[in-house]
Amino acid sequence: MSGYIEAQLIILCLSIIYAYGIFLPAASGQLNLGAAGFITLGAYASAWFNASTGAELPMWLSIPLAMIFTGVIAFAISFPILRTRGVYMVLATFAFAEVVSGVAINLEFVGGAAGFPVDGHTDVTVIVPVTIGVILFSFYFMSTRLGLSLRSIHDDESVATLFGVNVRTSKVVAFTVGAMLMSLGGSLYGHHYNYIEAQTFNVLLSIYILLYVLMGGTQTAWGPLIGAAFFAIVPETLREIAESAGLKWLAEGRFILFGVFIVLLMVFRPEGVMTRTLQDRLGGGLFRRKKTAVEETGGGA
Amino acid sequence: MTNHLLEIAGMHKSFGGLKVIDDVSFKVRRSSRTALIGPNGAGKTTVFNLLTGVYPIDAGTITVDGQDITDVPPQDRVTVGMSRSFQNIRLMPHLSTVENVMLGQHARARKLGSLLFPLGMLPHNKWRQAAEEALENAGVGTYPGEIVSNLPYGVQKRIEVVRAMVSDPKLLLLDEPAAGLNKTETNQLQELLERVSDQGVTILVVEHDMQFVRDLCDHIVVLNFGRKIFEGTPEEVHQDPAVLEAYLGTDDDTAEAANAS
Repeated sequence: MSGYIEAQLIILCLSIIYAYGIFLPAASGQLNLGAAGFITLGAYASAWFNASTGAELPMWLSIPLAMIFTGVIAFAISFPILRTRGVYMVLATFAFAEVVSGVAINLEFVGGAAGFPVDGHTDVTVIVPVTIGVILFSFYFMSTRLGLSLRSIHDDESVATLFGVNVRTSKVVAFTVGAMLMSLGGSLYGHHYNYIEAQTFNVLLSIYILLYVLMGGTQTAWGPLIGAAFFAIVPETLREIAESAGLKWLAEGRFILFGVFIVLLMVFRPEGVMTRTLQDRLGGGLFRRKKTAVEETGGGA
Repeated sequence: MTNHLLEIAGMHKSFGGLKVIDDVSFKVRRSSRTALIGPNGAGKTTVFNLLTGVYPIDAGTITVDGQDITDVPPQDRVTVGMSRSFQNIRLMPHLSTVENVMLGQHARARKLGSLLFPLGMLPHNKWRQAAEEALENAGVGTYPGEIVSNLPYGVQKRIEVVRAMVSDPKLLLLDEPAAGLNKTETNQLQELLERVSDQGVTILVVEHDMQFVRDLCDHIVVLNFGRKIFEGTPEEVHQDPAVLEAYLGTDDDTAEAANAS
């Protein structure tokens, strides 16, 4: 594998992991713009647990410990944050990410504003299997009764309550597990590039990740995969093609084209590229039973 | 064990300065089919919302199967044995038929093991099969994988009843189940409810279709302006002066008369 393709693959994998971290809460209708905060927590925590100046733990321990650390923080802040809704939740999570960033820049034992060199190194042979694991986990998670509850909460919270769904608990679980996935992605980022600074994980990253999820669609577990893959691959591929075709204006202006495309997507697919209806039309999906005996014999009723 | 499944005593509810439920008390006999009727705005749906805990009540008590549920939070009331359908269809539009019904099973599946069971991955699991069976028994077995928002109104209405049924309720609260249905659909619904009732489930139904109420129910409670004005059999209700006044008015309010008959 060439170095270039490998680099692209790693960006893709990290984007996918981040996207699932935002997708799990988004499936229940929560808009989380705090991705950068959870990624920062994961990256710094794992780096410190692993560092020779820190806890000196091996990576296979430091990464899960960072996930637990992030999970505890996410759990604690989820109670005030989940009292807010819609655009207010966007603001609350954004504010949280800013706080994390501000703290990281001012903590001298993790390098402060100069950034933090990371000791242990992970490469594509770790990141790709972990990403596949995250995808499978997310598909499993969404197929459980808890996943069904989250999707019900997204559609009608009060009816879900009347059928016995504990709305608060379900939302907290989705928020916390999502944060832990983002922490995992952040740790892998740190251990791959071996250098982290809080400024890299800025609000633009949070916006992009939320866009992956919303563009991909929050109704099925395919959404974030499609969204992340599209956003991570298309701009870069567009540059490649444009440059090799000698179209310098296209290579430089590709983000304009991309912006137009996002607007068009919002107009024509406001619920994301992948919806439940589309999944059904494509043949029922991999993990769903397509037809029952009644449907096959009964035909179009 | 009392022979009344539901007992409402001295229930009050005000929204701001408006008294919407004013000292309402009635009892619903075990295995009966009781109708709650009254002109528009009488507070029928509010009674349902208070029973299921959508709003807290201001005063009074609600007892289901001998258990005082006045202070039980809404998500736990379904486990007491009470389940409802809604006046305006409130199925989850992005879920398939069978997933909507599986949501109805939630009250029986609140343990961690059940919550983490991959319903969507294993096609032949007991929850999905039970949900499909319930749909088939109600005559909507042909649509289990369909997204509900694509289905006809009458079918969606019946799915709501099925969803309420699969939580295994002792008391089924139906808010205008026949509204908007044609004659055939109403008859199918009535057959379904009679079968449900024969299994021993108590039914409390809000309905404007008086033909449907007369055919289905054995007991009627009439509300007007948040007060109970009548309680008795379907035969008696037509002779009661207070009920006639509520529906027909003392003057010539013939529009309501057409509704009531």
